[in-house]
Amino acid sequence: MRVRTTAAVAAVSSLALLTGCGAADMTKQASPFANAQGAKTVTLSVQSWVGAQSNVAVAQYLLEHELGYRVDTVQVDEVPAWDALSQGRVDALLEDWGHPEQEQRYVKDKKTIAPGGELGVTGHIGWFVPTYFAKKHPDITNWKNLDKYADRFRTPESGSKGQLMDGSPSYVTNDKALVKNLKLDYQVVFAGSEAAQITQMRQFAKEKKPFLTYWYSPQWLFKKVPMTEVKLPPYKEGCDADPEKVACAYPHTPLQKYLNADFAKKGGKAAAFLKKFKWTTEDQNEVSLMIADKKMTPEDAAKKWVDSHESTWKKWLS
Amino acid sequence: MASITANPPRVGLPGLLRHRVVHKLLLLALAAAILVPLANARWASGTWPSALTLDFSEPLAKASDWIIDNRDSHPLFLYFFGHVSNVVVIAVRAVYLGLLAVGWAGVTALGTLVAWRVAGIRLALGTGVAFLACGLLGMWVPTMQTLALMVVAVLASAVVGVLLGLAAGLSDRMDRVLRPVLDTMQVLPAFAYLLPVVLVFGIGVPAAVLATVVYAAPPMARLTSLGLRGADKEVLEAVESLGSTARQRLLTARIPLARKELLLGLNQTIMMALSMAVIAAVIGAGGLGDRVYQALASVDVGAALAAGIPIVLLAVVLDRVTGAAGEKLGAEPEPHSGRGWLFALAGVVAVAVAGRLAGRLDWPDAWVVGIAEPVNRAVDWMTAHLYSGVPVVGGTADWAGHFTTWVLDPMRDGLQALPWWAVLLIVAALAWVIGTWRTALTAVLAMAAIGVLGVWKPSLDTLSQVLAAVAVTLVVGFAVGIAAARSDRLERALRPVLDVFQTMPQFVYLIPVVALFGVGRAPAVAAAIVYALPAVVRITTQGLRQVDPAALEASGSLGATSWQQLKQVQLPLARPALLLAVNQGLVLVLAVVVIGGLVGGGALGYDVVFGLAQGDLATGLVAGGAIVCLGLMLDRVTQPTERRAKKGA
Repeated sequence: MRVRTTAAVAAVSSLALLTGCGAADMTKQASPFANAQGAKTVTLSVQSWVGAQSNVAVAQYLLEHELGYRVDTVQVDEVPAWDALSQGRVDALLEDWGHPEQEQRYVKDKKTIAPGGELGVTGHIGWFVPTYFAKKHPDITNWKNLDKYADRFRTPESGSKGQLMDGSPSYVTNDKALVKNLKLDYQVVFAGSEAAQITQMRQFAKEKKPFLTYWYSPQWLFKKVPMTEVKLPPYKEGCDADPEKVACAYPHTPLQKYLNADFAKKGGKAAAFLKKFKWTTEDQNEVSLMIADKKMTPEDAAKKWVDSHESTWKKWLS
Repeated sequence: MASITANPPRVGLPGLLRHRVVHKLLLLALAAAILVPLANARWASGTWPSALTLDFSEPLAKASDWIIDNRDSHPLFLYFFGHVSNVVVIAVRAVYLGLLAVGWAGVTALGTLVAWRVAGIRLALGTGVAFLACGLLGMWVPTMQTLALMVVAVLASAVVGVLLGLAAGLSDRMDRVLRPVLDTMQVLPAFAYLLPVVLVFGIGVPAAVLATVVYAAPPMARLTSLGLRGADKEVLEAVESLGSTARQRLLTARIPLARKELLLGLNQTIMMALSMAVIAAVIGAGGLGDRVYQALASVDVGAALAAGIPIVLLAVVLDRVTGAAGEKLGAEPEPHSGRGWLFALAGVVAVAVAGRLAGRLDWPDAWVVGIAEPVNRAVDWMTAHLYSGVPVVGGTADWAGHFTTWVLDPMRDGLQALPWWAVLLIVAALAWVIGTWRTALTAVLAMAAIGVLGVWKPSLDTLSQVLAAVAVTLVVGFAVGIAAARSDRLERALRPVLDVFQTMPQFVYLIPVVALFGVGRAPAVAAAIVYALPAVVRITTQGLRQVDPAALEASGSLGATSWQQLKQVQLPLARPALLLAVNQGLVLVLAVVVIGGLVGGGALGYDVVFGLAQGDLATGLVAGGAIVCLGLMLDRVTQPTERRAKKGA
């Protein structure tokens, strides 16, 4: 027993020695890869969709080439990103699709995260069918007619019902409740990741097969696979308050930026720049298409955009 | 061919065995006859009765809120977790800055010369080429980040593993306590504990390192304990007779005698830590894993492969070098080995300084070879031509569809339609037939725990996918393994292929798998097969090759054809190895169930990913717990009791 206590005491005291005695601040811990070789570093969080990659790519390019920062990027899902932001593991989140619970906790109560203003892009989630199918069957664009086509959307995975394909588990979705509450003859199949969902959509499109999918705009894939939205019962403020009873469409959300509160105050030029960063849906799509479809590296895509849109980004630096 | 009696005691066994099996089954039937009507009268329902479930979502949600609210102020965090986290950050940073300071030439020289000293000239050249390849692929900095992370994670895992192993090796009671703990650490899908680790430590390197330690420490602990227990009794007695204390005995005799096991443990720990490199990227660990993960987001297989290859290279190099070091342990030490090390060190310093003076610390951008584009073109061609409309055989999408409708659906529906008590009875019967009543009890309790957790239906869905994947893996794995055991050339050719499949991060092949098989359970099964197949092939080949050559010769001289030899001599004698292959197949398939959730596998895998993505501790942990229970149950049902000690080693 004595040996074990000695060992424990030794372990704890060496821990304390190594880190400097006293309390450790869990809110101030940057990545060990940051500020290597004496460079000022900004850490940006990237979400798994390409639009988010485009924001980060352009911000990163400008921070590195115009302001002389080194930029680290960390890929995290939205909810964990809020957590990371509050702890200072990342400095900024450039595209948030609305997380009222997190906002209440971190921005209003704990004040560890500061709002960074609007991104300039408005997001919208909905149900989509490929345009080649909607042209042939125009009545598909109303949810009331969906059941009529259920058998056209059938796959081995959805069994005897039509397949409504959903994407990544990190996305905001009411689709299971919607199918149930609108009494549709559909089965929600979760693709499990956006990459899987996109791959499947492109395979369907190659063969001009009909499909029904949860999707969102802005999104570069619309340029490759034109899609038409299916009208759901209209959205009214608060109609999605009870997740069990939702029976209406998704809202249009002006996407927001958030910064770590400390960084917002002391981040100097980088923080000021990120607060001013604001572009349009078209801008974002232009970069996204280069990354996702032309398979350019995010850096090359950002450079190309930056070279041709000087007037847009000059404003962010002033 | 009844004249071949290579293993005389076996002849009497089946009769005896059959008797015991019948006995056990009769007892079980009796118990069922009494208990089932009782259970049915009380909770009449096909699926697990809701009266017997516990809802953990509320307490788990509360726990997670408590952590978030107290993380910045509670002494537990300020004075313990905070320091742990800082130490990890400081250590990783130190290694990373060190690697950067030495420069790419210095690091390559260091790797090559160390490999030369411990493993010989051939592996040294391989190591050098591997490092250069990482640079050529444009992955130098991420490779260094991953390397820094690995160095710290492996060291921490080794220390934790040795401490646990010492405890288990020196005390029988600790051994009994630790064994289920180690089992759980290995079966628990990493995704399930990423979330709690992230809650406590936040996104980033500390959480990634600690999650890696949880996963990579068990083999070190197991092999340390095995080594201590296996020490030669006579040597120990001799040392004792010299009047040494217990501590002296440990340090001068038992640990040195266990060197081989310790090194094997280190080798296993390194491999497991590397396999976590990508999963850790999901919580912001950076490095190569992050590159793979980001490439996945833009559906870019080529870029994912460019980051995946360095991981494979690191794994193969580290595996071979530590393996060769282990083989050299028994041999006589070379003369002048100290001088060799000195030369090596001097060489590294010279190269590093030269690199520094030349101002060439970073890998030059001009020396990067882009492989992403040709790879993407190849993948596009493959998926465009194989997906559907292939004459006669049909496209891969059609196969996947048939597999889903004809195999997966009936299995899932069948399992879910069985009354819950029938499932428990089947589990009990299988586990009891192969093991003792204790094994049966563990298996049944594990299965029942799934019901209590409230995830009975999704768990049976996952179980059906696992069984289907394992069945295909075994059929293909046995066939390839048998072929490899009979042809040296095939075995040599297969080795690098198996290495690649075993170490390539699963994220890299998710996209091609979806492009070929569509979204759903079929691609999930396919990904699991790719991952589990190498181990099954390896174990089968090894098992068959270890069959006593005398038995083969004897049967050959009796005029047995090679097919008869295989069927009646080799396979029966390799039975333990084949059983181990079944067991490992199950464990590995279960390990990638979560990955299957990313391509539409649904069920438990999806729930775990969902929990992580939404910060929902309840969903993620409960699904993770259910996967552990499934693993425990399947292990007990497939693993005869006496060989349990080998698992995971």
